[in-house]
Amino acid sequence: MSLQEEVDLLRTIPLFSRIEPSRLKLLAFTAQRLTFAPGDLLCRQGDEGDAAYIIITGDADVLVESESGAVKVATLGPNDLLGENAILCDVPRTATVKAVTKVETLMISKELFFQLVNQFPSISIEIMRELARRVEKTTTMLRDAMATRAGT
Amino acid sequence: MESTVYKFIFRYSRKEQVFILLFTLLSLPFYYASLDIPKLIVNNVLADPDSLAPGSADLRAIVILGIPLGEMERLWLLALYCGLFLALVLANGGFKYVINVYKGLLGERMLRRLRYQLYSRILRFPSPHFRRVSSGELIPMVTQEVEPLGGFIGDALALPMYQGGLLITALFFIFMQDPLMGLASVALYPMQGWIIPKLQRQVNLLAKERVQEVRKVSERISETVQGVEELHANGMARWEAAEFTARMGRIFDIRYQIYRKKFFIKFLNNFLAQITPFFFYAIGGWFVIDGSLTLGGLVAVLAAYKDLPPPWKELLTHYQIREDARIKYDQVVTQFAPAGMRSDAVVFDDREVAPFEGSLAATGVKYIEDDDTLIDGLNLDIPLDSHVAVTGDAVSGRDRIAPLMARLVDTGQGRLAYGDEEAGELPEATLGRRIGYVGPSTSLFSASLLDNLLYGLRQTPQTARSVLPEIESEVARQARERQLTANSPDDIEDDWVNLGLAGVDDRSGLIDAVRRALAVADFEDDVYRMGLRRQLDPSSRPREAGRLLEARRILEERLQSDTFAGLVEPFDRDTYNTNATVGENLLFGTPVGDTFDLDRLPENDHIMSLLAGAGLTEEFLAMGCEVARTMIELFADLPVDHEFFPQFSFISPDDLPEYRTLLAKVERSGEQGLEEEERQRFLALPFRLAPARHRLGLIDDAMQARLLEVRRAFAKDLPEDLRDAISFFDRAEYNSALSLQDNILFGKLAWGMAGSQAKVGQLMAEVIRDLDLRLLVIELGLETGVGIGGARLTPAQRQKTAIARAVLKQPAIMVLSEATAMLDGASQAAVMDNLREEFRGRALIWVLHRPSDASHFDQVLVMKDGKLAESGAFAELMDRDDSVLSDLVALE
Repeated sequence: MSLQEEVDLLRTIPLFSRIEPSRLKLLAFTAQRLTFAPGDLLCRQGDEGDAAYIIITGDADVLVESESGAVKVATLGPNDLLGENAILCDVPRTATVKAVTKVETLMISKELFFQLVNQFPSISIEIMRELARRVEKTTTMLRDAMATRAGT
Repeated sequence: MESTVYKFIFRYSRKEQVFILLFTLLSLPFYYASLDIPKLIVNNVLADPDSLAPGSADLRAIVILGIPLGEMERLWLLALYCGLFLALVLANGGFKYVINVYKGLLGERMLRRLRYQLYSRILRFPSPHFRRVSSGELIPMVTQEVEPLGGFIGDALALPMYQGGLLITALFFIFMQDPLMGLASVALYPMQGWIIPKLQRQVNLLAKERVQEVRKVSERISETVQGVEELHANGMARWEAAEFTARMGRIFDIRYQIYRKKFFIKFLNNFLAQITPFFFYAIGGWFVIDGSLTLGGLVAVLAAYKDLPPPWKELLTHYQIREDARIKYDQVVTQFAPAGMRSDAVVFDDREVAPFEGSLAATGVKYIEDDDTLIDGLNLDIPLDSHVAVTGDAVSGRDRIAPLMARLVDTGQGRLAYGDEEAGELPEATLGRRIGYVGPSTSLFSASLLDNLLYGLRQTPQTARSVLPEIESEVARQARERQLTANSPDDIEDDWVNLGLAGVDDRSGLIDAVRRALAVADFEDDVYRMGLRRQLDPSSRPREAGRLLEARRILEERLQSDTFAGLVEPFDRDTYNTNATVGENLLFGTPVGDTFDLDRLPENDHIMSLLAGAGLTEEFLAMGCEVARTMIELFADLPVDHEFFPQFSFISPDDLPEYRTLLAKVERSGEQGLEEEERQRFLALPFRLAPARHRLGLIDDAMQARLLEVRRAFAKDLPEDLRDAISFFDRAEYNSALSLQDNILFGKLAWGMAGSQAKVGQLMAEVIRDLDLRLLVIELGLETGVGIGGARLTPAQRQKTAIARAVLKQPAIMVLSEATAMLDGASQAAVMDNLREEFRGRALIWVLHRPSDASHFDQVLVMKDGKLAESGAFAELMDRDDSVLSDLVALE
């Protein structure tokens, strides 16, 4: 996959979709391509997160530790973004992600991400917008949920 | 030490000084004879033969040193005199040569003795003194400050005697001619003798001050070097520069004053020397007119007077040099006599004593530092087979316990004994063997790791060096010189390693002991990794190289399994390595020396002509333009100091604008429009591309195939003289230019495979273990140079080195203080467990900063305000009411 294809991939991720193409290209160039073998962990629940991953090919399971052992809560595939919370705020990984097949990813380290944001405030504005949309979405869902609850 | 430089000189070189003087005097007749002969030639040989009848033999008197020795034919006499003259010239030169060499030799011997005395005094300084004196002060004193003394010492006696003699002779002659004239010529000497020392004293004071200021400057510079991190962290460069400037200003001012005074003295001397002839002409002229002195007499006096100023001048110069030497010596010596210096016997002697038995006992021990009583009335009894923890708060004096127990510092009062031996009476070498000490700061020496580990085994020379017959006399000479200058009698080339101390019989046993010590310090894995990064010379160790090749083969086999698929891209002569750069792929080998330096391949004519031969130049140019275009697009907006440049960019920020201009030119008039130099700029860029990493899509399969052709051509047509500049990758050969691990790996770790390094590293460790190569790797790791002060190791590695070093000599008593502070938590716990196991049955005294760790020890000593507050078993103390220990644990 060439640089341009990676740029196209990044553009499909909502968090990055509105960032100018040239910045996106810099992000793609500086990001690292990282391939995981089946069974490798992309991240481990409770660890400190230092990078976000965008899956290019392959599938990975999202596992959450519970008292009765690890529970699979979702499966991630191509074009999925994972671990972005770790680079936006310092929270430990909330789940374990394990490669099911061979998984090719684009890794964006926290350090790299902040270097970019520091340099180009326009990126942070776009990300802020995307986050605000997410909050708005969550708030709406919460409001709906409470309304439903109050209704019953 | 002798209080003045003259005492020093006469104590150690009386005989030599007299010898120089006698030899100088002996040379004088020859010198005068050589001056006399030209006169003889003129007067006796060449003088007009008018009194002779033509045809008769022209006989002349032979006169040597005023003694007539018969007659000789004129021409023969000329030959005799000229021959004699030549012989005397040679003799004079010979005398001068011998005297100069001897003076130099004597000066250097004395200097060597003085330096050794100073250095051995540094070794005897009490430890606390090093907090008051810096290396920046000590170094110039031992090195350059005493240097001028060497030159002075050879002249100390002979010069004043000789020149003084000349002066007195000339004066005597003048007095003989006329006492009044004699008086006139010395009339000003008393004045010179009175006023010049006065002025000189001022100069001396200034010189003293200058010496001190210069010392402070060197101290300052060494502080800057040591504290460079603090300096930059606080952004203090400007302040430091101003501080330095101020100091330089002071030195400047002092020097300026010295010059003014010094040259005024010179002026005065010159003036006084010139004014004497004034008296001669005035008074002597009057006498001549008056008739009381003949004209001839006056001329003779003037001629004699001409000989006066040179010796007088020499004496005055000597006086100044002497004053300078006196001050330097004074200034240095006073710095080397701090209070509380240890005796020579304690520091340099050695004594074997019976094993310590019983306990380490302190009775009423008091320790004072800078008038502060840090430990007071300490009474201890530590059985020599028990493990004791010492703890307390930061001002409790606990940190002084460790150096005190290891007798690194001397007790002010009270008694310290190891079994039956009084601590104060034991020589350091004896204690060095019996006691291990690891303090909070670790100093390593700039040598190999192994040398640093063996440091604790080298108290005394064990076996004399084996001396080949052809260097026997040289070795004996060196020993004689050491003795003549009262330096250390020991030969550094002897074998100093005390194998018995490490509990082994021979060198191969020693390496096992070292490994055990490394294991105790949790350091073996680090050393193993260091070993993997080292190189091995297959010509000197062919057997080991062969085994490493075996490891390469087995690793390659195991990498075939699915678990490791794609983690390593092996070096294969016929395959392009996508994880290596274009340059690496072309060379397919490791550069040896600078010829094929990977960063400078584009400047290499041989490489570039090969590319041209393969018709690749234009493609490289196009790729170069493309790389430049991408780099400009990506990086143009970044500030020049952005972290991305060194990490990711192919083009440095300074060069970006230039490439932008060049690219514009390419857009305008195509690549043909570029000058040769400009083409070079673009041609250089593709060499650093690695397809797996850079993903620019420039090195496609076709290009790879063509590059492989160039690789083949390069290997085939390499000129003979360049063969040594590269070590080609060859599956069947050990590559001496690659590290051990790269030799085993023999390929590139694939870029971007998660965890590849850990996985492959583990696999490699397995292979190495299966082939019993771990010992070899560790041996190589031990050869790693640690750098100045151990700077090439991490702080944790330095502490581990210190622990392993102390463990290796199997001390009866091991004293540690904050010895694992730099280690990570897991390592700290492991090392503490290991040491407790290792020292079972021996004394282990550990000053702890985390009081809760004390639970592992037989006995806990709790310090408070310089006194022992409580002692006993951990649990027992914790149970006590108002226990100091439990307070400390609670505060942790």
